[in-house]
Amino acid sequence: MLGLTLKEVSLAFREGKISPTELCRKCLNRIKKTQRLNAYITVTEEFAMKQARQSEARLLQGIPKGPLDGIPFAVKDNFCTANIRTTCASKMLKDYTPPYNATVVQKLLDQGAVLMGKTNMDEFAMGAGSTDGAFGPVRNPWSYSDSYRTQGGAASDSDWVITGGSSGGSAAAVASCTSYLALGSDTGGSTRNPGALCGVFALKPTYGLVSRHGLIPLVNSMDVPGIITRSVSDAAIALGVLQGIDVRDSTTVPAPSALAELPEDFDVKNICVGIPKEYHAPGLSEETLAQWSRVADLFEKAGARVEQVSLPHTQYSIVCYHVLCHTEVASNMARFDGLEYGHRSEMKSSTEVMYASTRHEGFNDVVRGRILSGNYFLLKQNYQHYFVKAQKVRRLIADDFRHVFGSGVDVLLTPTTLTDAACYHDFTQEDNRTRSAQEDVFTQPANIAGLPAVSVPIALSRRGLPIGLQLIGPALEDKKLLCVAQWVEQRVNFPSISDCDNTQESRKDPGVTRREQTSAI
Amino acid sequence: MIKMLAFQTLRVVSLEILGSSCNLLANNVRSITKRCSPRSLQSQILRPLSSHQHNLKVPKVPTWEHVPEEELPRPTKIPADLVDRLERLALVDFRTQQGLECLEKAIRFADQLHVVDTSGVEPMDSVLEDRALYLRDDTVTEGDCAEELLKLAKNTVEEYFVAPPGNIPLPKREERAAILRHSEF
Repeated sequence: MLGLTLKEVSLAFREGKISPTELCRKCLNRIKKTQRLNAYITVTEEFAMKQARQSEARLLQGIPKGPLDGIPFAVKDNFCTANIRTTCASKMLKDYTPPYNATVVQKLLDQGAVLMGKTNMDEFAMGAGSTDGAFGPVRNPWSYSDSYRTQGGAASDSDWVITGGSSGGSAAAVASCTSYLALGSDTGGSTRNPGALCGVFALKPTYGLVSRHGLIPLVNSMDVPGIITRSVSDAAIALGVLQGIDVRDSTTVPAPSALAELPEDFDVKNICVGIPKEYHAPGLSEETLAQWSRVADLFEKAGARVEQVSLPHTQYSIVCYHVLCHTEVASNMARFDGLEYGHRSEMKSSTEVMYASTRHEGFNDVVRGRILSGNYFLLKQNYQHYFVKAQKVRRLIADDFRHVFGSGVDVLLTPTTLTDAACYHDFTQEDNRTRSAQEDVFTQPANIAGLPAVSVPIALSRRGLPIGLQLIGPALEDKKLLCVAQWVEQRVNFPSISDCDNTQESRKDPGVTRREQTSAI
Repeated sequence: MIKMLAFQTLRVVSLEILGSSCNLLANNVRSITKRCSPRSLQSQILRPLSSHQHNLKVPKVPTWEHVPEEELPRPTKIPADLVDRLERLALVDFRTQQGLECLEKAIRFADQLHVVDTSGVEPMDSVLEDRALYLRDDTVTEGDCAEELLKLAKNTVEEYFVAPPGNIPLPKREERAAILRHSEF
């Protein structure tokens, strides 16, 4: 039951095969069993059971609110949740309990979805590993899968691999079947990156399509709430609920259409798939490259037009992102001064000293480093040279995409990450800045240009770990992008983690049989 | 034995590919090489030998252009007075020499922007620049929640947030270090 998709569970509720309270209890038990993953910072057990009982009552009366009624979901700990602490995985907000819900959280609660808890992340979403948070690193559930244990040659428990980040807890929650849906945030790839490394579907919608109200900001001009699910159609259901104008976020845009169900038999014959040649970056693994080529073949064989295209400024995109991210971080983090909310230092010889020591105590090295470099780029003598220069490069990158989509390309196919998940021990050998520069290399251009993008799980690597590919679409073409993503999903037969649920007949040990298909390249 | 030899040749080729890729992600390349255990390196090398036909539209080798060091400005060194100024502005401290090196590396990374010709290009600060955004009427629709918000603060009196004495500049850097060292949780 836990391994089903949201859609399947919703149906099981209506058929009386399981009740929301039973399912909620199962998920809570599974959270306990998978505690070593460190996917959750806060588990909202009581609140979840209360919601599940209410949902059950509605179902019994035959008046469920919709497809999300009774569905367990998780929320990254940088979305505000009323009366539930929201920490951003930082000492700065360790005891912060917001008085309101983020719009996206409120919309899911209004649909009767059941909040299981708040998920772990990199501090203030600054990172690409979910290794740099005040509550410790998140472990990738695939670290304990049969495929990794036997094929990957993992010798001991210390060989566990990272989830990617910064929404690693959300991806781990969905991959380990403790939630059917999780919210992440995506500024430079923070939803797609862990989605790829944890073998789940991840959607970063068009900038402005989903409200940011109540999402603690990282980079206002790029932040987008992300959706993580185990299937494309589940993400479409969630996007249908979440999208649209929010009077509390002036950067939201009207949804182009009500997002109804995706067609099961989408035809790719009439679409053009672009392969941007600059997305073979240094360090791309042979295995990811092989999967990229394989999916390009799938499209070609099905009659789609596949074309190599060029996005000439791609290699400078990560540099542009680096400068814009650090400058907006410097400005956004100014709000944390100890006065109105969050941590406050005991030092009180002056206001300035209190500010400085509060921030010294509250922020980790990564956050402080970005605030300092952001301030450097914004100095009067550097403002034009770095900040405005980066904004100009931003336009060139956005124009690259505009030209390609203007030339008839419907969707771009690229890798999501350079490699499969690294071992924690290896990952932490390099500093956060270096890691972010590698990990975000394929994902942040879509944020710079505000475009919708997804990561679809494709196959397992020789180490037995997930490999994902990315699809990028034109602005506000989220639905078409999801249709193409579902078409890929239907053809690659990506395995679910085999230890997911031992009570399930239909998907018993899919890890073995399906894996043989997917790695036969 | 022949197999072994073939293996070694391939290994050299593969490392050369990694080594010759552009310096944009110099650290990246090094770490990727480092990350590969002998085992995963083998599997990467073995991959080209598999029977799968590579799709010709997918580039087979990295396409990034090498950025020569001489095209970049001279590396920035942060003088002591600028360290002090940044710490005062940012209200965070570098903590260690390593923190300062981190800034210098971040600047070096950013320097690559200067390779890009942006003459005549307008800066872009929002992707929504081309449309009118929704504005609601300029009337109060919510509020009256002062008490709720004041509850979040550590120190308040009536309806005021309380701050320590103001208008006192931060002490000199050495004294600052001592203050911050003692302010732990």
